[in-house]
Parts: sequence; C-alpha cells; structure tokens
Amino acid sequence: MEQFSPVKRSKDGQPVRYLVVDDSVFARKNLARMIETFGGQLAGEAGDGMTAITEYERTHPDIVLMDITMPQMEGIEAAEKIVRQHPEARIVMVSSVGYQENIVAALQRGARHFVQKPVKPEVLYEVIKYVLGEDGTVAAGAGA
Amino acid sequence: MKMELIQPFINAADAVLAQGLQSPTSIGNLSMDEEVYRRKGVAALISVTGDIEGRIIFDLDPATAVRVASRFAASELPESDDLVRETVCELANQVTGNAITALNDQGFHFRVHPPVLHTLEHGSKSSEDTEALVICFETASGNVFMNIALRYNRRRQGERAAAGKQ
Repeated sequence: MEQFSPVKRSKDGQPVRYLVVDDSVFARKNLARMIETFGGQLAGEAGDGMTAITEYERTHPDIVLMDITMPQMEGIEAAEKIVRQHPEARIVMVSSVGYQENIVAALQRGARHFVQKPVKPEVLYEVIKYVLGEDGTVAAGAGA
Repeated sequence: MKMELIQPFINAADAVLAQGLQSPTSIGNLSMDEEVYRRKGVAALISVTGDIEGRIIFDLDPATAVRVASRFAASELPESDDLVRETVCELANQVTGNAITALNDQGFHFRVHPPVLHTLEHGSKSSEDTEALVICFETASGNVFMNIALRYNRRRQGERAAAGKQ
C-alpha cells in the first residue's frame, strides 16, 4: 500500500489518533492499514454505535471513522450522540451508501465529512487533512 | 425484474471488484434462477427494504473466496480464517451500498440491512415477482456470483401514486 507523508498533530507533533467504527472486521483492518500509511495511530475500534460512544469516552481520539449501517445503533445516531457530548469531535462517515440524503443527515447531526466505500487511500488522506485543518500538520516523509 | 434495477448492481460490482482485486473483471454467464437458491461456497446475503424489496447474495466457491479475500486484505489468508467470510460480507455491503446510492439518485428509497452469512445450503425458491437473476463476474481470482431477487414494493408504489394524484 502506498505510503503518505505522515500527518501529525500540530500541538505536540504526535501521531493523529483514530477511532475506527465498523461492524465489518475486514473494513476495520483495511482502515487501520490506511491509517498506518498516513502515520497515524489506532486509538480504538468498535463494531457498533453503542460501543463507539463508550470507546470515544475512553480514548478521546483526534478523528473518528464511522460506518453508517451497523447493528444495534447506526453510525449517524452514534455520531450525533458523540457530538452532543463533545462538540469538538471530528467524525468522518465512511459508508458504501453515499446518497445525498444520507450525507446531509450525517452532516446535519455533526459529522464533518463523508467518504464512500470502497475507500481510496488518497481520498481519505485528503479528507483527514481537511478535517484536521490547522490542528494537523504534514510532516516530511514518504511522499503521497 | 427490470434491468433498470439490475444495472446499478452490475456497475457497482464491476467497480468494487476491479478496485479491490486491482485487475479488470468481465461479466460471464447471466441467467434467471427459477429454482431454489443453492449455495456454492461462502455466501453473504443483504436484504433491502423500501420502495424496492428483496435480497442480494454474493456467492464464491471456497477457493475463490480465499483468493479474493487475500487480494482485498493484501495478505495470504487461510481458508479457515474468519476474515475470508468477513471480506465476502463487506464485498456484498460495498456493492449493494453503491448500487443503492445510484438507485436512490433515480428516486427510489431504501433501507440496506447489514450483511449476514448465508449458511444454509439452500434458500427460498424465487417466485413470479421475485425471480432471481444470477450474474457471474469473471475475475483473475475466480468467478464471483451475484444472485439478485428484487421486486417493487406495491404498497409503497400505491402510496406514491395516491400522493401524486392529490
């Protein structure tokens, strides 16, 4: 998999920490591999929306990558609950269902961005940089 | 079953397989399945409800499932690995999600349910309004079968027609 210039936290130069939420183990592993190529660190994983909320409280990640269609509690509802408690949360929805009303619903409930599956690493990389804004910095390293 | 419902699934499967396998795919056999569904190997089923209802099954023989999952995971997986079955489920999820997205843009509204492994040897027999179409995608890793049985939700159609008259 392609290596990207590492994205670090501006405040301390440490790797960006991610919480990956998806009911598919395969999808979580795939995203974890991409995070590694971005120079990031996996802070936690969850397989449903309920667990995502408790994992967010436990890990306080810099970025949440959240699937939409999941058992027990879907991603949009989980995102809304997290953002209600933590308005600073940066949640990127990652779903194969990318129609307009789904995207709008996610953004209205607090998600910062939307990436459609199958995820292209170069697309996710750009979204991560955009969502981090000034809180992220691209360190010198492997070129994207 | 109308082709307007099927084409988005074919396009999505072609795109998702080509990206995941990093090689082109071609459409092989296309047939109507009038008998009970018989599982070929590792199969994932996704149900959709809404304006159109039904199910989509992705079915790969065990050796192909291992090869496809290994390509998607970028590492060699043993047949016993749960990740093989997980990958087939995620493949079904991505194809269905992408197809539903295209159909939604045409005005159909759905709910996609999480994928489940189809562990039974047989499925239910297709009926006149839920006849199943089986499409074979030929890939470098083997054949991937997509079995689609969808029908228009008549109640929802009736509601829409009534709303249109008002």
